[in-house]
Amino acid sequence: MNRLTYRKIVNNVMLTLTGLCTLFTVSILFLILGYLVYNGGKSLDWAFFTRLPLPPGEDGGGMANAIVGSAEMVGLAALIGLPIGFMGGIYLAEFSGKIMGFAIRYTADLLNGVPSIVIGIFAWALVVVPLHSFSGLAGAVALGIMLIPISMRTTEQFLSTVPNALREGALALGAPKWKVLATVVVPAAMKGVLTGMILGIARVAGETAPLLFTALNNQFWPRGVNQPTASLPVMIYTHAISPYDDWHRQAWAAGLVLLAMVLVTNIAARWILSRGISVQKG
Amino acid sequence: MGDEIARLVTLAFGATVVLITILLIWNLWGTSAPSRHKFGLGFLWGTNWDPNANDFGALPFVYGTVMTSIMALVISVPLGVGAAIFLAELAPPGLSSGCTFLVELLAAVPSVIYGMLAIFTVVPLMREYIEPALKGAFGYLPQFQGPMLGVGYLTAAVVLAIMTFPYIIAISREALLEVPRDQREAALALGATRWETTFKVVVPYARLGILGSIFLGLARALGETMAITMVIGNDSTLHASWFAPGYTIAAVLANEFAEATGKVYTSALVELGLVLFLVTIVINALARLLVLATTRKGTAKVV
Repeated sequence: MNRLTYRKIVNNVMLTLTGLCTLFTVSILFLILGYLVYNGGKSLDWAFFTRLPLPPGEDGGGMANAIVGSAEMVGLAALIGLPIGFMGGIYLAEFSGKIMGFAIRYTADLLNGVPSIVIGIFAWALVVVPLHSFSGLAGAVALGIMLIPISMRTTEQFLSTVPNALREGALALGAPKWKVLATVVVPAAMKGVLTGMILGIARVAGETAPLLFTALNNQFWPRGVNQPTASLPVMIYTHAISPYDDWHRQAWAAGLVLLAMVLVTNIAARWILSRGISVQKG
Repeated sequence: MGDEIARLVTLAFGATVVLITILLIWNLWGTSAPSRHKFGLGFLWGTNWDPNANDFGALPFVYGTVMTSIMALVISVPLGVGAAIFLAELAPPGLSSGCTFLVELLAAVPSVIYGMLAIFTVVPLMREYIEPALKGAFGYLPQFQGPMLGVGYLTAAVVLAIMTFPYIIAISREALLEVPRDQREAALALGATRWETTFKVVVPYARLGILGSIFLGLARALGETMAITMVIGNDSTLHASWFAPGYTIAAVLANEFAEATGKVYTSALVELGLVLFLVTIVINALARLLVLATTRKGTAKVV
């Protein structure tokens, strides 16, 4: 076998291998989806959305309280995290100098990479210890802290795609910079910013680790933000590791609902973004 | 005047991330004080974790965390970089963007769902097929001896590997796409095959970015909690066997923090959190610098 044939064979073998790597990783997503739809579909019924969880052994029941609890904590987290991230993002995109900009941007990325369970400890020390109780508020604070760097970087990213001509046009008409931002730049980027924020919310809605020792769990309806609160991810965890078959069925149903929510949000966001954003003419 | 106010107000909000990070460190440091004073640095290599005797050592958890993460990377780096090469260099644009989208969806799947699926699929698969096969082939090594339970270091590593794919693929792919076209054309013009061009020219050019993606994957793996807690077996004694149940820092926090009683116990757990925080932040900092060095536009898009 001559040298060239050998090189061609190596070429083809290696290129096929990289293709197989891709096939393998991508097929994992379909395996996850298929398995969840198959198992979750069997167990999902109307009661899942309307009833409280039952002890193992009793048939039926649902996770209505966990859905409400998750919505409550994620909503509260959005109220905490999104405004801070949004304003910070405006600073990064419009006002920051080189050094401050780098410092804040870099710290935001680092904070984004902190394991979520460590954020949980922080929220525990910040809220649970002073209030002497696990609470939905503590869970919301943990999720809110996670949202800040995410929404900050998203806002910055979409503001910086707004063309400079828009800024200059408004400035040339004599508007001060803050007015240009509020009436021209931010509205132009709003669609992208909102989409990014919804993606961020979808991400923290699936978080389990920071809720384990902040919001804890609850078998009943949430009775206020100062009480332990059930959430869908924590419910999936406790039900999946339990030895009971009927709890496993509930976990599958909950997993399907959670994954559907996350994937639909991601696909919809991608679709909106791909249709071109940032600049609205007219 | 109005502009100055706007600048200061937005700066105040932007600075919250710095403030939170400082507060986080200060808080972990302060809360872990009882444990730090009682055990000193020996905490890191103490092998005993006994809440009843109030004696705490971190080694089983540090070992589990490091072991599972490294084993996971051994699996996921070749596969992930291979897939990134395919997506960046070979696949037609439509296929490439489609697959990249799917990979990004994979990154969006919540960790608890990976864990649940792993309990019902990967664990039985490991117990029935993969671990017996490994034992048959390498049974003379201590790593492949002992009972095969399905839960343990190796299973956790496999699950972690699957979870780190998306990060490694997404960032390696971006680093590869940053390589200038003339580099490829020059190599091809010299008569190199497609693979030689990729492997000897493009990959070395993008090596910092690829290394950065590996570090980011490592940081994710070290801090990963739920999926690992569900498949590692949660056993705080040290085992040489990879089939044996183990523990990681994040998993012990998930399992014991809510029920921990007493100052020393809680603060020992917080100290574990502090160790985890410091390690991941150093690795993340390195990774971001590496990625910055190659792509020069930061990692705003990175999940």
